[in-house]
Amino acid sequence: MPVTLNLPAPLARLAGERVLQLSGATVGDVVSDAVTRHPTLAPRLRDEQGQPYSFVTFYLNDEDIRFHGGFGAAVADGDEITVVPAIAGG
Amino acid sequence: MTTPGSSGRVAGEIATPTTPVPTVDLPTLDRDELLRYSRHLILPEVGVEGQRRLKAARVLLVGAGGLGSPLALYLAAAGVGTLGLIDHDVVDVTNLQRQVLHGTSDIGRSKLASAADRMREINPHVKLELHETRLTSANALEILRDYDLVADGTDNFPTRYLVNDACVLLGIPNVYGSIFRFEGQVSVFATADGPCYRCLFREPPPPGLVPSCAEGGVLGVLPGLIGTLQATEVVKLILGVGEPLVGRLLLVDSLGPSFRTLKLRRDPTCPACGTRELQELIDYEHFCGITTGGELIHSELTVPSITPLELADRLASGGELTLLDVREQHEWDIAHLEGARLIPLGSLAESLDSLDPDAELVVHCKSGGRSAKAVRQLREAGFTHVLNLDGGILRWSDDVDPSVPKY
Repeated sequence: MPVTLNLPAPLARLAGERVLQLSGATVGDVVSDAVTRHPTLAPRLRDEQGQPYSFVTFYLNDEDIRFHGGFGAAVADGDEITVVPAIAGG
Repeated sequence: MTTPGSSGRVAGEIATPTTPVPTVDLPTLDRDELLRYSRHLILPEVGVEGQRRLKAARVLLVGAGGLGSPLALYLAAAGVGTLGLIDHDVVDVTNLQRQVLHGTSDIGRSKLASAADRMREINPHVKLELHETRLTSANALEILRDYDLVADGTDNFPTRYLVNDACVLLGIPNVYGSIFRFEGQVSVFATADGPCYRCLFREPPPPGLVPSCAEGGVLGVLPGLIGTLQATEVVKLILGVGEPLVGRLLLVDSLGPSFRTLKLRRDPTCPACGTRELQELIDYEHFCGITTGGELIHSELTVPSITPLELADRLASGGELTLLDVREQHEWDIAHLEGARLIPLGSLAESLDSLDPDAELVVHCKSGGRSAKAVRQLREAGFTHVLNLDGGILRWSDDVDPSVPKY
């Protein structure tokens, strides 16, 4: 199922594009698809156990996936996933 | 129409969410102030009473840098009665690309002295409270408790968690803004029912993983955009108008440009505002993986290193060393060490074969963070003679060769 993954600028540089068109049945699947296509994203999107970091929040459409089963959250055709990293500049 | 000196507003005249500022016994406005704030006074949503609320308000700005600049300038101009500023830095020439609160003649001055001059010039009616110190777990509650609102414009993770936790413990709304490169985030944390910073990011990234603006860069206009949004939220909260960014995270991408709002929920398991198990402030440097001396806590994160002076000695005595620069091409173009080889950190993995595993490598970057990562990566790949250049090119310029420009 086509799903859009929006990357923040530093990750977009690694992937070569800002917005990835990917597929999968869950957010975790979509992240795996992104990592398969762009292996340099792997350590930036998930930890060694394949789980999201506590300092990178994933949104499915406009909802935080932690309240919807984390990487297990089901995605549907046309959904949009947004990666929100912790930043501290001021 | 309300008149100066009268109190109370006709109920229902504006939508009034709870405002953190007291709404009784508001200070009056004198003739000068009535004229100065006339463009506010003729807005029905502000009016004389709203302006008096602004005058009654006490707002603390944490940081007088990129975000603190528009916050300080606009909140002073808007007539927020008491503005506290906390910062312990001095104005540096590299600040001026974005910190419009300070000018070229302020280089070397304390940021608070410079800020106070500008703010008094903009609006002499505003009372300034200058806290020329570092915000710490020891002083945060004492300093913050006197304010109605806090605007977080700091530049590091330990202080962000400190400000968040102090605001949650004291019940003071925290108008949060944060920037990196071309993107920013804005929200309002720690209101009575809303989420806090820990609901969004439970724990900070390990040190070195997320570059600072000094290392990763930031578009100079960006803090103007984000700090102005923070200032707008501060004014909205004081006036009790509109929809404050409570329970919402505004993501700003200056390149798109795009503004997106995502939902933020209070996390029932959040130790600060959810379970409330966090009853006092903690050691935030330690929480963020740094010791009080600025050293990294985890030994696996520290790497063998060499100082610029030691390296200069080794090179002068004819040492066989390979200098490896892991910055980006555009940084190399600004300044680089003679005889060095450039392999940006991101392409190090695919370039390992081109390096002699028996050679002694000295890896360097701008200030030592990225090169430490490269040293770890090289050691994991089996390179045994690898050293990190402490303090990077910046310290090389300070200690060895000032003809290498700093940036």
